[in-house]
Amino acid sequence: MGGIPHDHYEPKSKSAKAFHARLPIVGLLYDTLMFPTPKNLNWMWIWGIVLTFCLAMQIVTGVVLVMHYTPHVDLAFASIEHIMRDVNGGHMIRYFHMNGASLFFIAVYAHIFRGLYYGSYKAPREVTWIIGMLIYLLMMATGFLGYVLPWGQMSFHGTAVITGLFGAIPFIGESLQTWLLGASAVGQPALNRFFSLHYLLPFLIAGLVIVHIWAFHTTGNNNPTGVEVRRGSKVEAEKDTLPFWPYFVVKDLFALALILTVFMAIVGFMPNYLGHPDNYIEANALVTPAHIVPEWYYLPFYAILRAFTSEVWVVQIASFVTGGIVDAKFFGVLAMFGAIAVMALAPWLDTSTVRSGRYRPMFKWWFGILVADFIFLMWLGARPAAEPYATFSLIGATYWFAYFLVILPLLGVLEKPSTPPTTIEDDFNAKYGKSGAADAANPAE
Amino acid sequence: MFKRLTLGVTLALALAAGGAQAAGSEGHVEDHAFSFEGPFGSYDQEQLRRGLKVYTEVCSACHGMKFVAIRSLGDEGGPLLSKAEVRAYASEFVEVWDQSLNDGEGDYREALPADHFPKGGNANAPDLSLMAKARAGFHGPAGTGINQLLKGMGGAEYIYSLITGYTGEEKTSAGVTLYENSAYPGGWISMAPPLYGEDVEFADGHKNDLEHLSEDISAFLMWTAEPKLNDRKRAGLLGVLILGFLTLMLFLANKALWRPIKYKKD
Repeated sequence: MGGIPHDHYEPKSKSAKAFHARLPIVGLLYDTLMFPTPKNLNWMWIWGIVLTFCLAMQIVTGVVLVMHYTPHVDLAFASIEHIMRDVNGGHMIRYFHMNGASLFFIAVYAHIFRGLYYGSYKAPREVTWIIGMLIYLLMMATGFLGYVLPWGQMSFHGTAVITGLFGAIPFIGESLQTWLLGASAVGQPALNRFFSLHYLLPFLIAGLVIVHIWAFHTTGNNNPTGVEVRRGSKVEAEKDTLPFWPYFVVKDLFALALILTVFMAIVGFMPNYLGHPDNYIEANALVTPAHIVPEWYYLPFYAILRAFTSEVWVVQIASFVTGGIVDAKFFGVLAMFGAIAVMALAPWLDTSTVRSGRYRPMFKWWFGILVADFIFLMWLGARPAAEPYATFSLIGATYWFAYFLVILPLLGVLEKPSTPPTTIEDDFNAKYGKSGAADAANPAE
Repeated sequence: MFKRLTLGVTLALALAAGGAQAAGSEGHVEDHAFSFEGPFGSYDQEQLRRGLKVYTEVCSACHGMKFVAIRSLGDEGGPLLSKAEVRAYASEFVEVWDQSLNDGEGDYREALPADHFPKGGNANAPDLSLMAKARAGFHGPAGTGINQLLKGMGGAEYIYSLITGYTGEEKTSAGVTLYENSAYPGGWISMAPPLYGEDVEFADGHKNDLEHLSEDISAFLMWTAEPKLNDRKRAGLLGVLILGFLTLMLFLANKALWRPIKYKKD
C-alpha cells in the first residue's frame, strides 16, 4: 500500500491462492509486518509500540474490572474495594489499569515530543499528526472519564471542576454542563454516562490508531535525519530500509520489555505513588478537598487554564472587546484547548525547509526550552493558585503559545540550517563507521 | 536529544507525583521504619494481631471499618487468625442489624465472619478501613514528589505521628473541645488523645508504651487499607525478575540481529 517499493505477499499453495483471491487479509498482514522501515531509526521510535501495548493492556484490564464494578453512587467506591480485596488478583488488575494510564501518557508525551523534534508532523505526514492529536484528545477524555469511576473525593470534585469549565462557555455553557452531567450537579446520571463513555472511547481510539498506522504506512516513517527513503526502485529503497519484521519488532519488544520491567516495579512496590490519597476517601458532596489537583498528565494544561486570571491584561482586553462575554474563566478554557490546537497546527506553522531538528542549530534550543516549559507547567499545575505560581504559569503559558505561533514560523526565515545527509544509508553508515563503499550494490551480502 | 527527553519525562513524573500535594499548614510527620516498607517488606503477623487488639479495645469504640470483612482476619498476609478465632472474634460484636430476621421485620444478632467490621459509636469519627492510604505523611519538597519517592506515601507514619503527636494543649471552639496535635494539618484536632500507653495488655507481655501501641495500630491500619500488600510485592518481584530476564534475552537477540547489518564488511 505504501509508496516505498517492496516485496508483496505471494500465495504459494493452491488453497492459499484461492483464499487470497477471496480475502487478501494475509497479504494485508504481510505488507503491514514487512513494511520497509528506515534503518536509522533511533530509540525515540519505540513509543508507538509502547502505546499500542498500553491501549491493549488498558482494554483487557478494563474489561475484567467492569465484570466486578458497579456504576452506582452508593456502590461504586465499595465495588472498587471489593475488587481490591475479594476478587482473585483484583488488586493487581486494578493497579495495572490505574498505573497503566500513567504509562500511556508518559509514552504519548515522549511520542509527541519526538514528532515535534524530528519534524514528523511536516508534509507529507500532516494527516498522521492530526489523527495523532485526535487520539491524544480522546485519551485525555478517556482518562478523565475513568478517573470519575472509583467515586472518591478527587473523582467527584475533579468532575465538578472540569465539567464546570464547560459551564464557562458564554450563553450555552450552563445548559451544556447540565447536558453533559445529565443533571445540574455531579451525581448518578453523570456516573452512569461517564462509565458508558469510558468503555466506548478506547475502541474509538483503537479505530483511530489503525488509521494513524495506515497514514504513516502510506507516507513511510519519518526518521532522525528527516530525509525521505529513496523510492526510485526496490534495490534503492532497500539500501535505506529494513523490513519491520524482524528488525524493528525485536528492537521495539526489547524496549517494551525494559519499560515494562520498570512499570512492574512501580505497580508492585509503589502503586499509589502517582495517585492522590484523597481518592481513597469516598465521594462526599459536602466536603471539598483542600486542594483539587488533576492527575499528573493534565497538569501542564491545567496550569495554562489557571494562568489567565482577570488581572492579566490580555484577558482584560478580551473582556473589554467582547463586552464581557469572554471573561477570565472562559479565556482560561479557550487557552487550555488552544494550547493543544496550536500544537495540532504545527505542520502549517513550521516554515523551515529542513525537517529534522538535528540540522537546525537555533531550533534545538527553542525546542529544549519547550520541553523544559512543559515540565515547568506540569509542576505549576499542582501548586496552589497563588503568587509566585500565577506569574510563573503565565510566563510558561506564554512561551508555549509563542513557540508555536511566533518562534516556529520565524525560525524558518531566520535560521540557517546545516545540511542533512543525502540519504538514510549515508547517515546509517556514518554512524557505524563505514565509508561510502556501501554504495556498491552487493545483494550477495 | 532523545536521552534528554527521556530524562525530562522521568523528571516530570517525579514532579507530578509530589505536586499532587500542594502546600498548606501541613503537620509534622516523622519517618518511621515499618516491616512492610521497601520492595521486600511484608507485614509482621504478630504486630498485626497486637494492632487488632488495640483497634478492638480502643479505636472501635468510636470508629468503624465498613470495607473490611471480619473473615479477612484469617487471610494469609494478615493477622492469620484461625477459623475458630475469627468466629469468636466476630461474635464479640453483638449488635449487627439483620433485616432478614423476624420474618423481614429485622433484629439484632451477633456478627458472623462474613460480616464487615461494624460502625463505631461516634458518627463523626471517620471510617478507618482505608485511612492509611487516604493520608499522605510526606510531601514535597516544593511539590517535587522526591520525599514520597524516597520514604513512601507515609500513611502509616501519619497515623503514628498523629497518635503520638498530642502536645497536651486544649481549647474550646464553638462548643467543641480541640486538642493540639503536631501531626494534624492545622494543628487542632477534635479527637481526644486515644492512647496514652499501657491502654492494652498483651498476653505475651509485649511492650505496650505509647510508641509501641501507636506503631502496632498504624501497621494494622495499613493492613486494613492494603490487605494484599504481601501478595502484591511478591507478584511485583516475580514480575520484575521475569521481565528483566526477558529484557536481557531481547537485548541479546536484538544485538545479534542487527550486528550483520551494522558491521557488515563491504
